[in-house]
Amino acid sequence: MDQNPLIQIKNISKQYKGATFLSLDNVNLEIKSGEVYGLLGPNGAGKTTLISILCGLIKPSSGDVSIFGKDLKQETKEIQKEIGVVPQEYALYPKLTARENLFYFGSMFGMTKAQLKPIISSHLEALGLLPFADKKIKTFSGGMKRRVNLIAGILHDPKLLFLDEPTVGVDVQSKQAITTKLKELNDVGTTIIYTSHHLREAQDLCSLVGIIDSGKIIAENTPAKLISETKDARNLEDVFIELTGRELRDYA
Amino acid sequence: MHRFLASIKKEFLLLLRDPGGLVILFIMPIILVITITLIQDATFKSVSSNSIDILLVDKDQGKLSNEIQKSFSDIEFLDPISKIGETPLTEETAKQLVAAGEYQLAVVIPEGLSIELQKQIDKNITKILEEFEGTEDSLKVPPINEKVPSNKVVKLYFDPITQETFRSSVIFAVDKLVASIETRSIYEAFEKELGESESLKSFNRDNFVKYDQINPSLSGKSVLPNSVQHNIPAWTLFAIFFMILPLSLNLVHEKGQGTFIRLQTTPAKYGTIIAGKAFLFLLVSLLQFTLILLLGIFVFPKLGLPVLDLGDHLGLLYLVALSSGLAAIGLGILLGTVFNSHEQAAPFGAVLVVLLAAIGGVWVPVFAMPDTMQMIAKVSPMNWGLEAFYDCFLRKGSLKDILPEIGLLIVFFISTIVIAILYYEKKKTV
Repeated sequence: MDQNPLIQIKNISKQYKGATFLSLDNVNLEIKSGEVYGLLGPNGAGKTTLISILCGLIKPSSGDVSIFGKDLKQETKEIQKEIGVVPQEYALYPKLTARENLFYFGSMFGMTKAQLKPIISSHLEALGLLPFADKKIKTFSGGMKRRVNLIAGILHDPKLLFLDEPTVGVDVQSKQAITTKLKELNDVGTTIIYTSHHLREAQDLCSLVGIIDSGKIIAENTPAKLISETKDARNLEDVFIELTGRELRDYA
Repeated sequence: MHRFLASIKKEFLLLLRDPGGLVILFIMPIILVITITLIQDATFKSVSSNSIDILLVDKDQGKLSNEIQKSFSDIEFLDPISKIGETPLTEETAKQLVAAGEYQLAVVIPEGLSIELQKQIDKNITKILEEFEGTEDSLKVPPINEKVPSNKVVKLYFDPITQETFRSSVIFAVDKLVASIETRSIYEAFEKELGESESLKSFNRDNFVKYDQINPSLSGKSVLPNSVQHNIPAWTLFAIFFMILPLSLNLVHEKGQGTFIRLQTTPAKYGTIIAGKAFLFLLVSLLQFTLILLLGIFVFPKLGLPVLDLGDHLGLLYLVALSSGLAAIGLGILLGTVFNSHEQAAPFGAVLVVLLAAIGGVWVPVFAMPDTMQMIAKVSPMNWGLEAFYDCFLRKGSLKDILPEIGLLIVFFISTIVIAILYYEKKKTV
């Protein structure tokens, strides 16, 4: 594993316009190349805000981020060439086929049709979707949409992949197919930043876990160490409850 | 370029697979143009086949009322009715029928109108002739000592739904009719008083001042305005600007279905993403325009409407359509960028298009608007487009004539796109 930090986050804070609280409160984080980093936290903890900043979707109120050694504020588009994003929503056009969706999103990374054709077929085959390549997305099941959603984020072979709850609402088979693909990607050097509420899945997949609550990183370590360092904890869920409490986290 | 072409292809496929969107963009404008042109056709025709039944109550039963009745029958857009079945109309019946909306107008000729008018004329002539007394013995007439007749009122009952333009036309026609009858009566009274002299026979009773309708054009060629020449530009423009709605909703849907988030995380710039949409919708606006022109040329004559006259500068017409399309696209993209939900964008976009059409003079000509509204109309992009279309269709203008409006439309497009991009960038920091 490459030990150089791929992402350096320094004193990042974010307060949305009109909000009375900080969504991110002076966050400092370093993620090294080759990690599968699980960003875990209750609803409203700041996971999506942090991922959105790292993807260039929103700007922080203060602080600095560097990715691949480049300043995110100054070189957003350059950085975006090397990152892939798999949003929580099915970010696909329902009236286009799987192949049409993938051609379009691939071309947004500057890839030509000739480059995309074999890559799309290969990914579709790997995730069991080749027979459905020319069917419209609106006819797909939730699990199939999730798999196409993942492919759309990795077509350009990104060095860094962000996934926001990539397995939410899918069946066991689709979940396995997705996590297997993620492991394969990581094996060939892709750094993965991943948020999920499936703590068992995170425990199996992540090399490093950061637990975020109220906009602050409250714990960070390997899943095994977090479990061993927490009293009476048998798994990551016990650690999570111990650190964030049992109180419901409804917010509006 | 590669991203731009991919965006166009994607937008094309999405539009092709959206039957509702295709209906809004292509079928609705055609229905709109046909309907409005058919409705408005009668108002543009010099000889209308659509005469309006009016009630005529003759309380006078004299020579004058007979002439009024006859003259009303000669007015091209009025068809007088003086009996319901075999019963002659009374004022009360006529009033009730108009109040019930069964007829739009009732004309009541007052009792004794013929006699009183004749008395008035006789009195005036006597007065005039008295001025000649002493200078011309033969013109001497005995003085009349009768009471001065009071003014007579012809009552016009209008259905409240009738528009001011209809009322004005009727009042003008009645006024002209009565004035003409009065003049003729004066001539006749003079003849009666002065005898059958040869000099009187040479009186010319025709109107000395006549008028001729001329429609000057910028090119000097004669142009005959008709419903087609007026409505095609106005409603084509409305259809082009109606594109604001599907375009802004297209952007809002992108945000809602998450594809916009994905696009934002790619190296593609916002300008590239919207350029694909803008280009496709520009093609749509030109296609809409072409369809409506073809409609005017080939379908309208089959519906009994005048054929559309394209003039000599088809290129200019397309230039106006292109500039108007760009202005509409700019506004659509701005709305789609600012709004986040269908609930915000749909009603706002629809109302905005209707407002722009009203302000721009699509329904009521700008010259007929109050001063303040005329000022507002001058800053409405739909008015710029409409004026440019009128310059081409009705005034037969050249490129030089439409250049100011074209320029404004393009500046409007650039401004809205720049604002949309700045807003998009600003939104990232909130």
